[in-house]
Amino acid sequence: MADMSLPPLQIGGYSLESRLIMGTGGITDLAALEAALVQSGTTLTTVAMRRYSPETKTSVFSMLERLGIDVLPNTAGCYTVRDTLLTAELAREALETDLIKVEVIADEHTLLPDVIETLEATEQLAERGFTPLVYTTDDPAAARRLESAGAAAVMPLGSPIGTGLGILNPHNIELICSRASVPVVLDAGIGTASEAAAAIELGCDAVLVASAVTRAQDPTAMAEGMRLAVEAGFHSARAGRIPKRQHALASSPMEGRIDLT
Amino acid sequence: MPTVRINDENVTFNEGATVVDAVAQTTGRELTAEGKPADGGRLGVAVALAEEVVPRSRWAGVELSEGDQLEIVTAVQGG
Repeated sequence: MADMSLPPLQIGGYSLESRLIMGTGGITDLAALEAALVQSGTTLTTVAMRRYSPETKTSVFSMLERLGIDVLPNTAGCYTVRDTLLTAELAREALETDLIKVEVIADEHTLLPDVIETLEATEQLAERGFTPLVYTTDDPAAARRLESAGAAAVMPLGSPIGTGLGILNPHNIELICSRASVPVVLDAGIGTASEAAAAIELGCDAVLVASAVTRAQDPTAMAEGMRLAVEAGFHSARAGRIPKRQHALASSPMEGRIDLT
Repeated sequence: MPTVRINDENVTFNEGATVVDAVAQTTGRELTAEGKPADGGRLGVAVALAEEVVPRSRWAGVELSEGDQLEIVTAVQGG
């Protein structure tokens, strides 16, 4: 059998082994989260940066460290360049990584990215030596601007965070992927495994999934589904699909049929 | 004895206390002068003083002053 293992993905100076990036929010049972993360095969998982409290302690960080999963700190909750930069600096110091998921939102109702603030933050973070993975809209023009500003990966949303609406504008995602010279990670909106496969088929190099797994009725089963979907999408994208046709094309020969009179 | 604000709460320290003491008090962990846990492992914590990150290597050299505003943060579930 041919070796079909997926090659690692290079994001700046970082080598991503699994193309399924996971989130850790949306689940209170840490043991269930751990089971889902292990099942997903992920090697990079997001965390948020918040004030230390006796309740939270450092349990997520310790768990990821124990599982050998790299942390991808995000700047969730940031609205401006200023709080994004400070959050990123704190994350780099606390977690000893240059990776940062840049997430600058416009308002708490839509959680949509504020592309203007995001662009400025990306530029400054790149100058400060970070490896910015940048959450953005599905706007192909914005994706190119972010790339020029120093994004190591662009992460367009399929649909708003936590909605599970899937990929609302597949044409835009495909356009972003076809013109990008940095990796594209589909971030936000995925609700089920077929949508993760579709993202990869559209040309995305990886997907980021949080709520779809952590809020599923059986997070471990969904983690397995997502893992397989990313692999399936990768192979089918690489395989070169058949063109779509107007009319049927028989795959069995017409000659030699039995003749009933 | 300086009273400082840590994560929006007042905490009073002895004269000469440094950022290391503030982190040790907040996390309940014993720390070395380098800001590392005395029992090994990684602490996973960062400190901002007046909106500037204080690198771990400088924690022991920064004395707390009356009215200092400290943010002590760590990784939590998210994203």
